[in-house]
Amino acid sequence: MTMRRLINLKRVEARRIYLTYGIVILAYIICQTMSSTKFLSSSMRGMLVPICAYMVMAVSLNLVVGISGELSLGHAGFMSVGAFSGVATAILLQKVLPFAPVRLAIAMIVAAIFAAFAGFLIGIPVLRLKGDYLAIVTLAFGEIIKSILNNFYMGVDSGGIHFSMLTDTTRLLKGGRLIIKGPMGISGIQKISTFPAGFILVMIALMIVFNLVNSRSGRAFMAIRDDRIAAESIGLDITKYKMMAFVTSAALAGAAGALFAMNYSTIVANKFDFNTSILILVFVVLGGQGNMLGGIIAAAVLTILPEKLRQFSDYRMLLYAIILIVMMLATNNAEIKNFLTRLNPFKRKEEVE
Amino acid sequence: MAKSKTKYVSIPSTTILPERDASREPVLKCVNLGITLGGIKAVEDFNFTVGRTEIVGLIGPNGAGKTTVFNLLTKVYQPTTGTILLNGRDTHGMNTMQVNRAGIARTFQNIRLFKNLSVVDNVKAAMNNDMRYNMLSAILRLPNYRREEIAAHRRALKLLSIFDMQDMADVRAGSLPYGAQRRLEIVRALATNPSLLLLDEPAAGMNPSETADLMDNIRKVHEMFQIAIILIEHDMSLVMNICEGICVLNFGHVIAKGTPDEIQSNPAVIEAYLGRRKESA
Amino acid sequence: MIFLNFFISGISLGSIYAIIALGYTMVYGIAKMLNFAHGDVIMVGAYVCFYAISRYGLNPFVGVALAMAACTLLGIIVERLAYKPLRQAPSLAVLITAIGMSYFLQNTALLLWSSNPKVFPSIIGRGSFKLFEGALSVSHVTALTIATCLIIMVVLSLFISKTKLGKAMRACSEDKGAAQLMGINVNATISLTFAIGSGLAAIAGALLCSAYPTLMPTTGSLPGIKAFTAAVFGGIGSIPGAFLGGIMLGVIEIFAKAYISSQLSDAVVFGVLIVVLLVKPSGLLGKQTQEKV
Repeated sequence: MTMRRLINLKRVEARRIYLTYGIVILAYIICQTMSSTKFLSSSMRGMLVPICAYMVMAVSLNLVVGISGELSLGHAGFMSVGAFSGVATAILLQKVLPFAPVRLAIAMIVAAIFAAFAGFLIGIPVLRLKGDYLAIVTLAFGEIIKSILNNFYMGVDSGGIHFSMLTDTTRLLKGGRLIIKGPMGISGIQKISTFPAGFILVMIALMIVFNLVNSRSGRAFMAIRDDRIAAESIGLDITKYKMMAFVTSAALAGAAGALFAMNYSTIVANKFDFNTSILILVFVVLGGQGNMLGGIIAAAVLTILPEKLRQFSDYRMLLYAIILIVMMLATNNAEIKNFLTRLNPFKRKEEVE
Repeated sequence: MAKSKTKYVSIPSTTILPERDASREPVLKCVNLGITLGGIKAVEDFNFTVGRTEIVGLIGPNGAGKTTVFNLLTKVYQPTTGTILLNGRDTHGMNTMQVNRAGIARTFQNIRLFKNLSVVDNVKAAMNNDMRYNMLSAILRLPNYRREEIAAHRRALKLLSIFDMQDMADVRAGSLPYGAQRRLEIVRALATNPSLLLLDEPAAGMNPSETADLMDNIRKVHEMFQIAIILIEHDMSLVMNICEGICVLNFGHVIAKGTPDEIQSNPAVIEAYLGRRKESA
Repeated sequence: MIFLNFFISGISLGSIYAIIALGYTMVYGIAKMLNFAHGDVIMVGAYVCFYAISRYGLNPFVGVALAMAACTLLGIIVERLAYKPLRQAPSLAVLITAIGMSYFLQNTALLLWSSNPKVFPSIIGRGSFKLFEGALSVSHVTALTIATCLIIMVVLSLFISKTKLGKAMRACSEDKGAAQLMGINVNATISLTFAIGSGLAAIAGALLCSAYPTLMPTTGSLPGIKAFTAAVFGGIGSIPGAFLGGIMLGVIEIFAKAYISSQLSDAVVFGVLIVVLLVKPSGLLGKQTQEKV
């Protein structure tokens, strides 16, 4: 009995984890090479950072939906909290810290902290609810965050940082800068997000989630998901563990938001709406709940797909919708599954079991 | 409380304990415990004492309120009346989690395993409160994470080996055969270091040979851990064989208490199970 | 008097939410799924009604009837094609399918009718009743909306409680397996539920666009989400709950717009929803289910 076996990284599971790390690293190396040899079109190059951000979003939402078994429809809210706090931090630090990678790292950490705090505040009411009620409340919070950020003004001048709501009453001194401009969001962002930074964030997110899942906390998350009453009966603190999963997930989403935002020169709160939350949920569901690699691949494919469908211009979102429905039907309906199996002679054996 | 004396005969020895436990504080003492569910008094005036190392059977016809008693003890339902003293401590205001930490572990009538976790993870999940390492240790795989995980894994396998399940450690719990699932639930409950173990129909659905094995296993557990066990069971041979004391419930009331021999000859119990003999017959 | 004016327009908006929420709640009650495409059925209904009235010059009420017929059919087709094959699937898969269906309807509408907003002609003109010597003015649309909502409420309640089909619906929502064993055609009952919900959505679409005359392929989404919120607010699965939730949501929204801030009105609406769910975790009139141990 090896050491690895003792700490319950069962071989299959361990293999899947290392495979995930491996594929991400390999994909990074390939994309980085292609990008530096100008093999990648500029539109594709521009998508590398958003893809990384969406991958982190998928991994973090998977912790809530796949591992903890709670449906969240407001994950983009945490992304936006992270985006705004991260970008604001980066702007404030612009003069003090001229070295962009460090500024980016600090911005992402601050973003994670803010988003974690938002996750904690939201978690207090949300985690008392169950099932569809929990889902609708996360949706509500996502909308509330969007509304608030759409009406939030923040500026900085020699007198310090000023805030206001609804209308700009920050009354900045001369030479001050209005950073967050309500519905106009933040503009003039220095694009300091880079593909390597995105890659590192994906790796960190994977490490956090995998290691958490393979610890006492992860067992608790999954135990609560599988049977709440039994989990209580063995002394698990339901609220504590649900909160832990929710806050961790929010923090990762916050960092992803900062990464995402600093890939663009302008960012507005409306970018992180219900549709974005749903998009991330789609990554998780298509990739397989609890399956990190699947979520990552789905995030990449579904970010590139609409771009690749651009030649069909008007039809692309329609195609996207049809693909979504057909995928769901194909993976969840027994008859269609059997039919597909019959079409594929190689797969027949394993599917029959 | 219109309890007609002809119908319910209570045996006066309500606090009898096995001789070996007599000098120690009872592990459980229920005083006038009761609950009203949907306007119906599901359990009423439940007075019950369990010695520190006693095996007690809780029997009664279907719907008598046996599982409700377990749900009251574990605070799945909050009692409407009465007190529960666990190791001398009032469990008033505690929830299921806190009651477990205070020493009660249970199994469920319709098996409630963590189906998607492996067998050994089911057991390790129950050891959660013994582990000390925090989230950061887990994420960074610090030495205390490794140390505690290895220790927990060893202990889990040891517990599983009591029920001969160590070879199934990596099997998904939901795909275990029925009997093994029931056994795993007992192991999981034991992993929380209880002082009182509640078994809700552990032999349900088992064939006679499985039941016989289960009986041996319960005895083994009792000997190894020196804990008190309350057992709900319909299999009378099992109950009469391993229980030292028996409590009979009917319509939410205790109708008899005593040793297996006393219960077997108790007229109220016979009536509850078989119905009243017609006067003329 | 201004207060009363706001109150009446709140009830009117709430009536529309209530009619939409009914569709959500009935479908949830019976199929246990959140039908995210419901909001887009409203939009389809409004477009059908728009073309019937503006292009073909039909009588507005014929237009509404046509829209109802079209939406009923659409509801049944959507259910058969997308949801029925997933009856045994995990609820999340059904949810994603519903979202896919929502995108599908929106983008089909975009292709068919373009993204240019259409100005919807009110189904009963733009006149209004003047009360208290003109201090209180209630537009015809408002009055019609409230009246329609009341009629639907009464008819639907009677249908659910008195008719055989209504009883079949209640039986299916309680326990599909048992209902089937009692000889109820579960599939037909579910189709019927979708049909009724979608037909109501068409009415809601016509009323919504009469009150707020801009019609676009995305017109249905926000009212859809709001009505969904209303259904949860009142207790999802409960028909009186959907009415109560819808009306309250409309009133809260209008008051929030009037007295707090028009930009933050959505935040206020969702905030109230959260508070309500904290006090009553299954909504105002929803039934609390306790898991059996």
